[in-house]
Amino acid sequence: MESEPQHAPHEGSAPGPTHIEARGLFYTRGGRAIFRGLSCSFPRGRISVVAAASGGGKTTLLRMIACLIRPDRGEILVDGASELTGMSDADVRAFRRRVGMLFQFGALLDTMTLYENVALPLREHSRLSEEEIQREVRRVFDAVGLEDVDELLPGELSGGMVKRAGLARALIERPDILLCDEPFSGLDPPTVRRVEDLLLRVNERVGATMIITSHHTQSTLRLADHLVMLLDGEAVEGRPLELVRGSDARVVEFFREPERSEGDERARGRVAGEPRVTPR
Amino acid sequence: MTPFGAVSALGGWTVGAVRDLGRFSVFSASVADAGRRPPLRLRRLVAEVYDTGVLSLLIVCVSGFAVGMVLGLQGHNTLARFGADQQLGAVVGLALIRELGPVLTSLLVAGRAGSAMAAEIATMVVTEQLDGLRMMSVDPLDFVVAPKAFAMILSMPLLSTLFVLFGILGGYVIGVVVLGGDGGAYMSTLEDAVEFSEDVLGGLIKGGVFGVLVGLIATYRGFTATPTSAGVSSAATSTVVIASVSTLIVDYFITALWGT
Repeated sequence: MESEPQHAPHEGSAPGPTHIEARGLFYTRGGRAIFRGLSCSFPRGRISVVAAASGGGKTTLLRMIACLIRPDRGEILVDGASELTGMSDADVRAFRRRVGMLFQFGALLDTMTLYENVALPLREHSRLSEEEIQREVRRVFDAVGLEDVDELLPGELSGGMVKRAGLARALIERPDILLCDEPFSGLDPPTVRRVEDLLLRVNERVGATMIITSHHTQSTLRLADHLVMLLDGEAVEGRPLELVRGSDARVVEFFREPERSEGDERARGRVAGEPRVTPR
Repeated sequence: MTPFGAVSALGGWTVGAVRDLGRFSVFSASVADAGRRPPLRLRRLVAEVYDTGVLSLLIVCVSGFAVGMVLGLQGHNTLARFGADQQLGAVVGLALIRELGPVLTSLLVAGRAGSAMAAEIATMVVTEQLDGLRMMSVDPLDFVVAPKAFAMILSMPLLSTLFVLFGILGGYVIGVVVLGGDGGAYMSTLEDAVEFSEDVLGGLIKGGVFGVLVGLIATYRGFTATPTSAGVSSAATSTVVIASVSTLIVDYFITALWGT
């Protein structure tokens, strides 16, 4: 008998006003068109998940919003006005002060301790005293559930801790926008659930617009208020369950649960009691 | 390949080389600008001077001593043929101060610290650490590149000086202690032959120029590395090759132009 899923998908909240909007993005890399007039929007204060198959352009879209790469054509608007793709370097730096980003592999500076990593943005941009910085670092460590890690180097952490430390650094300057690139990749199922809980908690506490890229269907359905599905360089978007149960066969196929019959199991020699390899 | 294809390939290579040179110039100007802007990252600079300079001490001192010993031996045998073995101090000193000290130090430091510097920055590119800094509105040129490049510029003349001193000591050990030359003559001919403004200052200038070269080439190759593991190794290798060849070419021009 199948057990009930621990984390049921939710219908998705009603989308709020648009915070970030991509219009007609074109991007070609190495002769391959990644975006062909992609348009999509991300509601303010909600969790939006960008889903796509591997190589579908999830990270590229996130990096465009972060101004780390520029599209060949098209524009990205923030609050309906600021056009990211045409910003000067100074404006980009100012915009990034409002954005936190969790990179897929953490992107923590490997020669600095975790405390120094998380404190770095405050040391660079604020005039806070060391005591105040310490208090802020403690606040974000508490928020992501990290304890006694101040003196550890990133190389000494597990995958889940790296993600949490990266998230702590992304949150230290209280961003309006939080970008998370594949936060569940490379994690075991219990850690995936912990990171999911953490992102939900952070969204409740901070209220930032969160854009998460993932090809993890279970996590996507659990977290997303708004789903943006990238398909062949274009986007389909809407409330998650409406899209998953909708008429676009490509979306339905992407979120289809893999079915495993007893015949499959037997073919793999994994039915309980049967050894995987028949002993001689 | 057809003649047209060969000309086309040569043209493509030339355009690529000129473009790369242009990017390198813009990069160098940006590093200089980043080093000029506050905040002064003294702690990072000191840490980089330790990595580049202090950790290169052993290899530079041992090499300097070995080169001095070879010069002592060769110089003594050659000068003895003309009855001029008393001039050994001058020969060893001038060869080291004017030429061998700065050039060999530059080659050694490019191999040890330059390649490590390029590989470290390239690894930061691969692991998105530089993008992480950009997302914190911290300029990687200012935070990572400038302290490394300036550490190289500061370290190179000092390491070159140590190379020369250990070389002179090596020459003394072989020429005087082992082969029985006159120690007083070794030191006095050295003192008479070497002029501060022409020889010592020239050697220091060469050391400084080579420091600029190796520092900028290493950081540029790391900063522009392809974000793959092959890109990291390519950055390290090309740093050693380009920095070494550039050192030898620039050495000729400094010598020809300023007579040092």
